[in-house]
Amino acid sequence: MSSHELKSGPLEYRTEQGQMNILGFWIFLGAEIVLFSTLFATYAVLFGRTADAPLPGELFEPGTVLIMTFLLLTSSFTCGISIHEMRRGSVKGLTTWLIITLLLGLGFLGFEIYEFIHYEHEGATLQSSAFWSSFFVLAGTHGLHVTLGIGWAILLLLQLAKRGLTPVTSRKVFIISLYWHFLDVVWIFIFTSVYLIGMVV
Amino acid sequence: MQLDEFFVTGEPLIYAGMVSIALVTAATIFILTYFKKWGWLWREWLTTVDHKKIGIMYILSALAMLFRGGVDALMMRTQLAFPDMNFLNSQHYNEIFTTHGTVMIIFMAMPFLIGLMNVIVPLQIGARDVAFPALNALSFWSFLFGAMLFNISFVIGGSPDAGWTSYTPLAGAAMSPGPGQNFYLLGLQLSGIGTLATGINFMVTIIKMRAPGMKMFKMPIFTWSTLVTAFIIVFAFPILTVALALMTIDRIFGSQFFTLTGEGLPMMWANLFWMWGHPEVYIVILPAFGIFSEVIATFARKQLFGYKAMVWSMILIAGLSFLVWVHHFFTMGAGAFVNSVFSVSTMLIAVPTGVKIFNWLATLYKSKIQFTVANLWALAFIPSFVIGGVTGVMLGMAAADYQFHNSYFLVAHFHYVLIAGTVFACFAGLVYWYPKMFGHKLNEKIGKLSFWFFLIGFHVCFFPQYFVGLDGMPRRVFSIIPEWMPLNVISTVGAFGMGIGFVIFVYNIYYSFRYSEREKTGDSWDGRTLEWATPTPVPFYNFATVPHVEDHDAFLDMKKKGQTTFDEEKLEPIHMPSSTGQPFIMMGIMFIASFGLVFEWLWMAIAGLVGVLIMMGIRSFDYDDGFHVEVDEIKRTERSARRL
Repeated sequence: MSSHELKSGPLEYRTEQGQMNILGFWIFLGAEIVLFSTLFATYAVLFGRTADAPLPGELFEPGTVLIMTFLLLTSSFTCGISIHEMRRGSVKGLTTWLIITLLLGLGFLGFEIYEFIHYEHEGATLQSSAFWSSFFVLAGTHGLHVTLGIGWAILLLLQLAKRGLTPVTSRKVFIISLYWHFLDVVWIFIFTSVYLIGMVV
Repeated sequence: MQLDEFFVTGEPLIYAGMVSIALVTAATIFILTYFKKWGWLWREWLTTVDHKKIGIMYILSALAMLFRGGVDALMMRTQLAFPDMNFLNSQHYNEIFTTHGTVMIIFMAMPFLIGLMNVIVPLQIGARDVAFPALNALSFWSFLFGAMLFNISFVIGGSPDAGWTSYTPLAGAAMSPGPGQNFYLLGLQLSGIGTLATGINFMVTIIKMRAPGMKMFKMPIFTWSTLVTAFIIVFAFPILTVALALMTIDRIFGSQFFTLTGEGLPMMWANLFWMWGHPEVYIVILPAFGIFSEVIATFARKQLFGYKAMVWSMILIAGLSFLVWVHHFFTMGAGAFVNSVFSVSTMLIAVPTGVKIFNWLATLYKSKIQFTVANLWALAFIPSFVIGGVTGVMLGMAAADYQFHNSYFLVAHFHYVLIAGTVFACFAGLVYWYPKMFGHKLNEKIGKLSFWFFLIGFHVCFFPQYFVGLDGMPRRVFSIIPEWMPLNVISTVGAFGMGIGFVIFVYNIYYSFRYSEREKTGDSWDGRTLEWATPTPVPFYNFATVPHVEDHDAFLDMKKKGQTTFDEEKLEPIHMPSSTGQPFIMMGIMFIASFGLVFEWLWMAIAGLVGVLIMMGIRSFDYDDGFHVEVDEIKRTERSARRL
């Protein structure tokens, strides 16, 4: 628990506590991988068990899903740029790119909500069949993570405005960037194994 | 909802429970108020982030849960002693076997071991705290509030009655309506948050905070077992989180994961549950192995035999534990090939476990064994656990399992491994490290008495169950036929023997608190590892100067060289975290949210969750960086603790 600081290297790694928090978050992401893997496995097991509800191929819209994918992948890229700006020591660059990231994330969420409402409208609900239960819980858990990430990042923006770049704020920003990239990776799996495969069935 | 639907009514036993809860609560409030102890309780315990105090709270809560689960067990054994007993009706019996299993595994065994880890692991690796002290407090409060939520079910709303495995469709909304099953789901979910956080916390602590020179393969074996356990927790608990969430959504929001009406799969629950549930068995047995290794090495006065083999066998067991879950339901129709694969992988676990058994025996071989109470528990473990292990291999053979499954043979097997493994280890660990926690030993004479009552009671209780199981007695029945009576009577007598052993154990805590000699050195048993290098009581910062580790059994090495962990020359201010009430408050609000969800009062659940989010926001804006303990204060503390 010593508070002594290193003089070089990325700001977020300069305190021992910073290093431990980042390692702890990596391990947390390991647990998150297990969580999503379980949801994917559930989805795979219940695939096609739609009872009397519509089949996924009848509802999934390539256009919407492609836009969502584009928004989220781009947001991962802008998130990377914001960390790059942080490494350069530019609070302004960091906050600007982080805000762009959040706007892209919000856009993604908007499309996802639109999509869910559309499906409900067509008779595919959480209650209608095992397949649709697993779909809504898998995609919904990812969407909930995105929502939490946005709320969390807004809190960080306030702290950055108040405190500027310190070992603590930079560590927090770095950790949320890990989280954001992770959500992107999960989405790639949802895109391929849920939407692409679902569209041909 | 009517008030008589809210409270459980109609059972004299439960009225007695309500009265005793009311009395204990009133007495506690009176004592705290009369002696003006509320401030002390808040400052010293509810807001503490000290790993030693958190560990003690874990252990105390686990002992209370052991009492509750034990009372459940005695009620079941009373009901099963004679044919046509009318002590419990079938519904009440179902509730009691459900809560007995859940309480013992989730709220007794795991917290007890996590409590010992909390007290000991930072000390063993020469650290001043865990990596995330506030998160550690959060873990404890999440466990305690989860346990409370589960436990109030027997007076409010009704207990779950679908078994601790909660198989669907029995546990689904159609066949188990009402709040009972929701208590199970939310209670486990709430405490599971803390368990996952503990896993992450200990992994980072052990990887990052070891004393200089302590390489991975120089760590004490209990620390190793904690690290391996933490890995299993991190990779198994999210599966439980998902399984519980899916069933909660099924029951409360009408989704179709486990219901046949929407083409859901009830079998999927069994798979998800045991994909977590089997690793869970090793979450509660590997730390126990670690404790036995420490105790046996200390009281055999020898270095642990085959240290590296011990570590690798634990890692191997951890890996295999994820690959055997189907052996919990060979008879559910997975087919011969699948059953064979899981049968073989199950039996493979016997190999690393056998390696460990032989290493303990080799450690004892040609040594001067000290028969202290802690060591008696460890020595009794070896043959008892072997009986449980061998019958486990019998159950692991898929073909034979068709004969044994769901019979008392199975009940005997898992009590043999979990009691002889985990419960004996909890007692061994508590007795062994008691002086480090409280500054005095437990009385050895009374300890031996409680040990013999418990050990003999244990074998008398569970050994006959192998035979009554082979005679065809199924588990989870609430009444027996006359042919099964003799063995069941013996079994019940044994169960009460264990109960007496437990009571004597608790009396010993009181007796020793009053009369035992106070510790002076901190090295109570002539120990080998770093936790004995601190004075007793341990200063809140643990080590005044952090030792440099050069060898296995680091403290033994230090004693040979005449070193201590107090070198006035090398003192520097020590950085420590501040106490905080946030974990307690956050989990208290989470408790309210969960309670709302149990009764499906969504307004309450949503209000609670918003409250939790606000608490997380407050936490995020909290930049309290702790404080420094100055050199003068360290000197004063150490001199008085070491009586210099």
